[in-house]
Amino acid sequence: MSCNIVLYLHVHQPYRIKPYSVFTIGHDHEYFNQVDDSDINNEKVFHRVADKSYRPMNQLLEKLLAEHPDFSLSLSITGDFIEQAERWAPDVLDSFKRLVQTGRVEIVGETYYHSLAFFYSQSEFEAQVSLHREKIQELFGVTPTAFRNTELAYNDALAKWADGAGYKAILAEGWDPVLEWRSPNYVYRPAEAQNVRLLMKNYRLSDDIAFRFSNQGWSQYPLTADKYVDWAEAAMDDAPLLNLFMDYETFGEHQWEDTGIFSFFETFVGAWLAKGNGFSAVTAAATGNEPAGEISVPGTITWADSERDLSAWLGNDMQHEAAKYLYALESDVLRSGDEQLINDWRYLQSSDLLYYLSTKWSGDGDVHTYFSPYESPYDAFLYYMNVIRDVRWRVMQHHKLGGIDSA
Amino acid sequence: MLGWELPPHNSGGLGVACYHMSKALALQGATIDFVLPYTATHPGVDFMRVHNATSLRPEERIHMGSYDSAGVFERDLLETDSGDLRTMRAVQRHYVDYVESLVSSDITPDVIHAHDWLTMEAGVRAKELTGAPLVVHVHATEFDRSGEHYGNPIVHEIEQQALMMADRIIAVSNITKAIIVERYGIPADAVEVVHNAIDIDSFGQYDYDQRDYRYIEVLKREGYTVVATVTRFTIQKGLTHLVRAAARACEKYDKFVFLLAGDGEQRDELIALAAELGIADKVYFTGFVRGKQWRDVYSVADVFVMSSVSEPFGLTALEAAHHESALIISKQSGVGEVLRHTFKFDYWDTEVLANQLVSIALSPSLATTLRRNVSQEYAKLSWHDVAVKCMDIYKNIRQGAEL
Repeated sequence: MSCNIVLYLHVHQPYRIKPYSVFTIGHDHEYFNQVDDSDINNEKVFHRVADKSYRPMNQLLEKLLAEHPDFSLSLSITGDFIEQAERWAPDVLDSFKRLVQTGRVEIVGETYYHSLAFFYSQSEFEAQVSLHREKIQELFGVTPTAFRNTELAYNDALAKWADGAGYKAILAEGWDPVLEWRSPNYVYRPAEAQNVRLLMKNYRLSDDIAFRFSNQGWSQYPLTADKYVDWAEAAMDDAPLLNLFMDYETFGEHQWEDTGIFSFFETFVGAWLAKGNGFSAVTAAATGNEPAGEISVPGTITWADSERDLSAWLGNDMQHEAAKYLYALESDVLRSGDEQLINDWRYLQSSDLLYYLSTKWSGDGDVHTYFSPYESPYDAFLYYMNVIRDVRWRVMQHHKLGGIDSA
Repeated sequence: MLGWELPPHNSGGLGVACYHMSKALALQGATIDFVLPYTATHPGVDFMRVHNATSLRPEERIHMGSYDSAGVFERDLLETDSGDLRTMRAVQRHYVDYVESLVSSDITPDVIHAHDWLTMEAGVRAKELTGAPLVVHVHATEFDRSGEHYGNPIVHEIEQQALMMADRIIAVSNITKAIIVERYGIPADAVEVVHNAIDIDSFGQYDYDQRDYRYIEVLKREGYTVVATVTRFTIQKGLTHLVRAAARACEKYDKFVFLLAGDGEQRDELIALAAELGIADKVYFTGFVRGKQWRDVYSVADVFVMSSVSEPFGLTALEAAHHESALIISKQSGVGEVLRHTFKFDYWDTEVLANQLVSIALSPSLATTLRRNVSQEYAKLSWHDVAVKCMDIYKNIRQGAEL
């Protein structure tokens, strides 16, 4: 039996909103144009991550694809990212195109705006998936056959939808309470689905790279390629797959170059293949293996925090309020026909903006603080609410109606 | 006159009151030496001599404002290291030293008038050195500053000693007088109540252009009632009660906007509470406001609420009355003693406050009546009258001392 690593990397940059005060409502409709040295400055962040991660990693991936005919991987690339790359670093986008042109880099479908729309509005969710599909087709000339929902948020209803939409594969967290005695290293059949197959992340081995790689307090530090090959082989046992899912920005941004992440990855890919193992893109992995059983996930699981639920984005009252008011504007915004207004409303759906409102302060909170460019979740909430009010202002201009109670 | 701040370098009402009181006293013929703990220019202060006790800039007094008593740990000023000026006590030590040298060389006061605990030790020391009578003016006690908590015992002790040493005590309201009598054990006849006033001229001429609160103005035209408060977000101000009452009011009538202008340590708690109660949408946080954005809060407001747990006076209520807002004032706020045409509620009684909010929102005639009547009431309060009362107090204690 062949042993294939299914490497899937998620590429994304949100549009972070600027500090937006009560006094700005009705005057300034630019929400994402902060110009300063902070990490709220989207252009600045994009240039930094392009230099530290996108450019060197794509260069390495191109090299590995050229050197190893059996190397392949999958990427999901959000619309938010693509737009920022088009504007600020077209060369980065070109390098992604070259990767896809090798035929060994699969693009996974998702929502264009990195949203949690699936949990608020089916029609908006489907609209965003279509927009993403069209954008991917236009840029890369391919149509996704696998699907991942934002934050790997997954449940039976989503699988049923993906099944109906004709996807061959769908991705989820390999969370123990869901798997119970089963291993994440097999293909599964989602409950209530006919054709679509489920691939579940091996979070232990994924997180060894994504989170623990440079942690000097970790008992296994430093992680070498040889050690990781041993672990991967041991973890797979006789199973067909090893699903390594993580943020693309793990390489160079979350783990900086000086941690040795790039050379680790390069050495590992070579060593893994040298031992007769393989790599597989997600759709090939899902269709090339018979399902080992059926998995039912009635409640939603995600890939974040120790709870693996939606609580990182929808865990406190501020997050629920913010999302409620935003989605309540759906029909008024859409029927305005104002393209810029519709886009802005959709940028505001990025799950990152809800993540910044999290008030978890434990171990997970450290991760939240690391990823948030704001002084506190309370500041982020005030800016977000004021921006929603400005969106309402613009809606009022269109429809000549008012009120703050569209909820 | 021993003070801690003057506009524009004030963090609240104490500086405003000291400024207008001194100005009105000067007009009555008083010659005033006013001591401040920092160095700055104060435009328009030409009616008295301002002395700067330290070379600190006003902004260096962060956490040493008129309302910060929590960081006080040393009781005995002589034991305080005055080498640097980084703590409240160190600044107070310098302030006392400065006042000592001032009354030992430059000036011989007829009366020493000290404002609040910040300057009380200096007042007591000046009295010891000169024998001049000491008037302690209480704008707020440590009980007021700490809301429903006890406060800093060291500050209580400083207040206690100065109140006992004072020849005369001025309280800004009957509420404050009651605290001085009941909680500090001072005889009632040693305490005179002199309510603060408002100087309408200081607002100057200005046109409200609806610009800063553009969105809220649109909501007003849509029939929304704007409820505002301007304050520090501290426990003393009872804002959690206001937010709870807001949520309750919205159950009955939902066209409300709540404009919370200001900032302070309770801000995050209030934001989270509004979200928890499901009214985050209706509550607007402006952050700290000054100048036009501050004045415009009053202009945009239909209703002004003062929800203080303990408010010796409450100047902002007079400012709101000047801008023709209907007023709702907690029974624990001294300003209610001079404004009868207002709704009153116990700060903790969110049910009553919610009802008052809804009734004003639903009845334009009630709102108009409240507005019209209170605007006639506040206009009768003047700093001139405050100064006359102070001059009487000065005269009486000096006569008393000579007898």
